[in-house]
Amino acid sequence: MAEDRITDIGPPHYEQFLPPVIKANYGKWKYHEIPRPGVLKHVSESGDELYTVRCGAGRLLTTDYVREVCDIADKFCDGHVRWTSRNNIEFLTPKKENVEPLIAAIKAQGWPVGGTGHAVTSIVHTQGWIHCHTPAIDASGIVKSVMDDLFEYFGEHRLPAQVRISLACCLNMCGAVHCSDIAILGIHRTPPKIFHDKLRHVCEIPTTIAACPTGAIRPHPDKSIKSVVVNEERCMYCGNCYTMCPAMPLFDPDKGGVALLIGGKVSNAKHPPMFSRLGVPYLPNNPPRWPEVCQAIRKILLAYVNGANKWERLGEWITRIGWSRFFEICDIPFTFQHIDDYKWAYDTYNTSMHFKF
Amino acid sequence: MSDTPLLDQLETGPWPSFIADLKRMAAKKPQIKDLLGQLERSYEEKITHWKHGGIVGVLGYGSGIIGRYSDLPDDFPGLEHFHTMRINQPSGWFYTTAALRMLCDIWDQYGSGVMNMHGSTGDIIFLGTTTDNLEPCFQALARNGFDIGGSGSAMRSPSCCCGLSRCEWSCYDTMEACYDITQEFQFELHRPGFPYKFKFKFSGCPNDCVAAVARADCSVIGVWKDDIRIDQAAVKAYAGGELKPKGGGAHVDKLDIQKDVVDLCPTQCMSWDGSTLKINNRECNHCMHCINLMPQALRPGTDKGATILLGSHAPILEGAQMSWVIVPFMRMEKPFDELKELGANIMEWWTENGKNRERVGELILRLGMREFCLAVGLDPVPQSIKTPRCNPFFFWHPEDFEAEAEGKTYIKL
Repeated sequence: MAEDRITDIGPPHYEQFLPPVIKANYGKWKYHEIPRPGVLKHVSESGDELYTVRCGAGRLLTTDYVREVCDIADKFCDGHVRWTSRNNIEFLTPKKENVEPLIAAIKAQGWPVGGTGHAVTSIVHTQGWIHCHTPAIDASGIVKSVMDDLFEYFGEHRLPAQVRISLACCLNMCGAVHCSDIAILGIHRTPPKIFHDKLRHVCEIPTTIAACPTGAIRPHPDKSIKSVVVNEERCMYCGNCYTMCPAMPLFDPDKGGVALLIGGKVSNAKHPPMFSRLGVPYLPNNPPRWPEVCQAIRKILLAYVNGANKWERLGEWITRIGWSRFFEICDIPFTFQHIDDYKWAYDTYNTSMHFKF
Repeated sequence: MSDTPLLDQLETGPWPSFIADLKRMAAKKPQIKDLLGQLERSYEEKITHWKHGGIVGVLGYGSGIIGRYSDLPDDFPGLEHFHTMRINQPSGWFYTTAALRMLCDIWDQYGSGVMNMHGSTGDIIFLGTTTDNLEPCFQALARNGFDIGGSGSAMRSPSCCCGLSRCEWSCYDTMEACYDITQEFQFELHRPGFPYKFKFKFSGCPNDCVAAVARADCSVIGVWKDDIRIDQAAVKAYAGGELKPKGGGAHVDKLDIQKDVVDLCPTQCMSWDGSTLKINNRECNHCMHCINLMPQALRPGTDKGATILLGSHAPILEGAQMSWVIVPFMRMEKPFDELKELGANIMEWWTENGKNRERVGELILRLGMREFCLAVGLDPVPQSIKTPRCNPFFFWHPEDFEAEAEGKTYIKL
């Protein structure tokens, strides 16, 4: 009955899930090493050691998969495991002798070990076609395709710095990919189609009009229709109206696609955090393997590897050489889409003679 | 002939295959066979087949469940109702296998067996169940110590880096702060009453491993005020190549202290004479570069706390924003009263003034930092800006003149 219901307990306290070596050394860690790609060794003031083996994963898993994670953690880690902020699985053990067998067990499972230091680590991503109602593209399929393609960079520290790739399957960016070295973004490129018969029954017209950031939506001139019209020239396909009003879908299977935004970061090391900027305005949405997306990302990554100084993040490299040089090196045609014409466009215009030919 | 020829092509390659994983589950659960069928259809047609969400939930909450319905229910009856449940994750995403197996058992019983570890905001996501399973699933979770997370115009489940549990750089207890703040705002998390979403993220140092500056309305990022701790012998070991840069995580084996560390310091506050590394700590802007490169030689100081930044959100609607500094330094000790009070003040001001679907960072831009600071009790501080304004269009209020007449610099001092 309702009286017996439990509510508002919040998440369980984390302490019950911590390995004993972490409880004993909480706040006492002195330094860490990365003895090999995918393995962290943390050393405490007390001399205690903690080994972490990082294992790459997508974020979409079944309970079968999680139980397999548990089997490995039970066998080598006394039942302790965690996930990182980038969907990696981390197996934790104080026993050095467990590290090699642990890696072998993970690899036997077909899972990759890596994602540390100067690597491409797991891609943070959204739902895509598996579960979302607004995506322009799939998520897990593109992530799988790109990580297959860049696999050599996951298990080794070969890059000038870490490279963080993320994917959001529409402009809503529930993956908040806007500060990533490489952001894969699903874009719609056509205005919403309005189903007037449906709209009058399922949408609130004032909130639908208010949802448009460019003021492109207004009431239908024929009041008897009880719907809205869109000034298509003003629409930049953000889909915010569709979020408010299900009778305004903006899907176009042929014209929707992928944009790449690049050069962002969140860390404060050297340069302050940076936004990702539009690198490639459009690539075709080409399941099941998205070859054009994989090739474009590889090309940018290789140009960065060849051109960047030690420790430079992708955005720091581009900042140093200038965007015109970047487009030239990566053979990316410069288009009107690259020039900002939204709210804070002026901040992006070059008002100096500091440019290159 | 396979039912899913396009998806089958995602079973090859070295990265773990979600298709192979889902296919195992499809052998046990008919709705997953439908899920693969619908996904294959999306791969053929390049369009989603999920309808706009409906309002479903558990008793008493308005948050944490996202209604999800297939637009092809006749072809894929197992997906007619396929709702998402967000389960508030434990701080730092640590689990015992006993807890994970319990979660799996509950989700196998009440849902599809498909989940995200974890969603973008940090929750454990359960993908796919029917309306009548929501309440029993929730109560089974609650009996085992787990609760539902946030969605809609509510506080979203706060998240944090692993902090003191496994990082020598963390300047405060991110995991406890995250837990404590989550408990403090349970009502706001479960019962949407805000203009839009509100996120807290807690990072222990300026490396910001949970992307707080980009992804949280309120970003709490650890910082120290005193001197970087130096082990000069270890610096020499880095210079000599006995210790590897970034603990071995880099593509080079030996540091050049001058070129790699000193010359790249953004404030030029370091010097190296071949045997001693000197830091003018007063000029350090705690960017973490030197510490990142030499984790055995350098550590943050001991006078520690956090910077509070506010306002970030993804591009919807005015364009993406990063959070900006509103409190340069706050001591972060349990019970975190100062942060709770500031957070409550911010939410109150925003709830009173924000328009529908306006994030707090957008509201501040609309009404101005002065109005925000006065409303929540903050003083103007130079750390909150990159530069002062370059335009002459600044306001004067009667209270400014009154303060001036009283010989004050501004209305408070």
